[in-house]
Amino acid sequence: MTAAPATPVPTTAALALGDDALVLSHRLGEWAGHAPVLEEEVALANIALDLLGQARVLLSMVGDEDELAYLREERSFRNLQLVEQPNGDFAHTIARQLYFSTYQHLLYTELAAGDGQFAGLAAKAVKEVAYHRDHAEQWTLRLGDGTDASRERMQRATAALWRFTGEMFQPVEGLDVDLSALEAAWLEAVGGVLRRATLTVPEGPRSGAWTAGAGRQGVHTESFGRMLAEMQHLHRSHPGASW
Amino acid sequence: MTNTDWPLWEVFVRSRRGLAHTHAGSLHAPDAEFALRNARDLYTRRGEGVSIWVVPSAAITASSPDEKDPFFEPAADKPYRHPTFYEIPEGVKHL
Amino acid sequence: MATAAAHQTYGAEEAGAGTAAYERAFDAAVAADERIEPRDWMPDAYRATLVRQMAQHAHSEIIGMQPEANWITRAPSLRRKAILMAKVQDEAGHGLYLYSAAETLGTSREELLDKLHAGRQKYSSIFNYPTLTWADVGAIGWLVDGAAITNQVPLCRCSYGPYARAMVRICKEESFHQRQGYELLLALSRGTPEQHAMAQDAVDRWWWPSLMMFGPPDDESAHSAQSMTWKIKRHSNDELRQRFVDICVPQAESLGLALPDPDLKWNEERQHYDFGPIDWSEFKEVLKGNGPCNEQRLTQRRRAHEEGAWVREAAAAYAAKHNDTTGAMQA
Repeated sequence: MTAAPATPVPTTAALALGDDALVLSHRLGEWAGHAPVLEEEVALANIALDLLGQARVLLSMVGDEDELAYLREERSFRNLQLVEQPNGDFAHTIARQLYFSTYQHLLYTELAAGDGQFAGLAAKAVKEVAYHRDHAEQWTLRLGDGTDASRERMQRATAALWRFTGEMFQPVEGLDVDLSALEAAWLEAVGGVLRRATLTVPEGPRSGAWTAGAGRQGVHTESFGRMLAEMQHLHRSHPGASW
Repeated sequence: MTNTDWPLWEVFVRSRRGLAHTHAGSLHAPDAEFALRNARDLYTRRGEGVSIWVVPSAAITASSPDEKDPFFEPAADKPYRHPTFYEIPEGVKHL
Repeated sequence: MATAAAHQTYGAEEAGAGTAAYERAFDAAVAADERIEPRDWMPDAYRATLVRQMAQHAHSEIIGMQPEANWITRAPSLRRKAILMAKVQDEAGHGLYLYSAAETLGTSREELLDKLHAGRQKYSSIFNYPTLTWADVGAIGWLVDGAAITNQVPLCRCSYGPYARAMVRICKEESFHQRQGYELLLALSRGTPEQHAMAQDAVDRWWWPSLMMFGPPDDESAHSAQSMTWKIKRHSNDELRQRFVDICVPQAESLGLALPDPDLKWNEERQHYDFGPIDWSEFKEVLKGNGPCNEQRLTQRRRAHEEGAWVREAAAAYAAKHNDTTGAMQA
């Protein structure tokens, strides 16, 4: 896909970014045929396709995209726990989108501005991600400031996923960005959207000892194994086959 | 209209710079912002556009078929509005 | 009088005493291959036929997402996964184009969806068959989309303008659907023995239902003759079915897969392939609701709609609060 760069691509970082995109794309793909309105079928699929495209570029930087996606065990995946969380209702999906796309937008903006291995990819992806972020913000506003029922659902969703957001700012080996410095901007941006959506900014802890280093170290949540089982089953059933 | 029935919008897409927006189709959206975004996702996902207009369908005033004759026929018998009406001697250029 | 809303249409009542003149003008326009546009006068039966057909077509697109979406999460390579997602997304888009075309005749999408959910409007029976293996995704692309394209290309010249325009867009986008299906099957056919068997099994199961997609034989087709006069339809069911068979036979040979019909052979005299009898009793059973997936497909559709109600309400409530439903916007 991409020409081999002069200096080796940092594997851990490529896997972290690639797995985030791959796993979130998969989750969004689960919405196909289930979205709340037809227009949203199209929108969610667009986002999923953008992410899948990013994942394929990133994984191909450090190996064969299909081997990496289909033949790694759960503990070898480096994605955030946030992106593997089940879709839940539409509010949970939007909260997950808001948290992740805001993070990804800040991160890719930094990467695109630099001259590292990921600058090229980030420059293209940052435009896609800006749209994902806008989509999530627009929906957060409508669900938060819509009906009483929607506000309650959105409040519950933002609170439930809050504890997965601390992990985003842990350092990633080989990623030439000061992630902890992005945290303030993220908190301000997300807090601003939530407040405009008449929602309370969650107050719980944003990471905990139980996460044991979490997704970036290959520790995932229970539903992730089941997701991988489904994703990898067919590919693994026919070793060596081409598709 | 029920609570959940989003209004209809007409979508106009400029396919590239230098061309006018042309009608691409319609869609449903709760408000203008979403109408624009839905239009982007639906009508330009293969790179068909560089600019989009959305207009609530209800805001369009259309000529009615009943008025077709008084509206459009009077224009049909004025051939002198068209350059082909005029005869120019052969060999005359830049006209 | 100029009337607000481009889509508001004229029925016979408004036309009043001039009905006969309107009807003559309508017939002349259709005969001259002109397009009928939303605000033109049209016979009630023409309007009803179009709404029924466009609705059924739109419903087919969105129900048709289900059998293929069934494999998105299990697609065996990332390339195939991207292709399949894009294809299922296109189907949602096509449903949208078609609902919009139907709405030009004054029937709202909400109304049409209610009828679908209540089982009062149909969708293509083909989607009541299950996708049991990955190869089914290929068979749907090659055969089902192939049959659909054969049916749809003539609709690009349908007498009703908005329907014809929607079909032009749809046919352009559909051509990738059929090719990806063919390519998918080719990879399986040339793959391992297990993959080849998977592909053959899928073709065996989808071939006959695909032939049924063209509808009952001409002498039993309820709406055909009138639709042909109105140029909603341009070719008969049997004519299109024959065209499809003729196209598929050499394609199957190139695939290295057999079509499951012992009677299939070239007829030199007719210059067409002869094919065996279609089991119309199966077609009727599936149409009646007794296919393998009728219940499942409608249940999922209803559930998605019901579970999405709070989302649609929220967006409508937000728009009402922020008073943002009028006024053009530009990007």
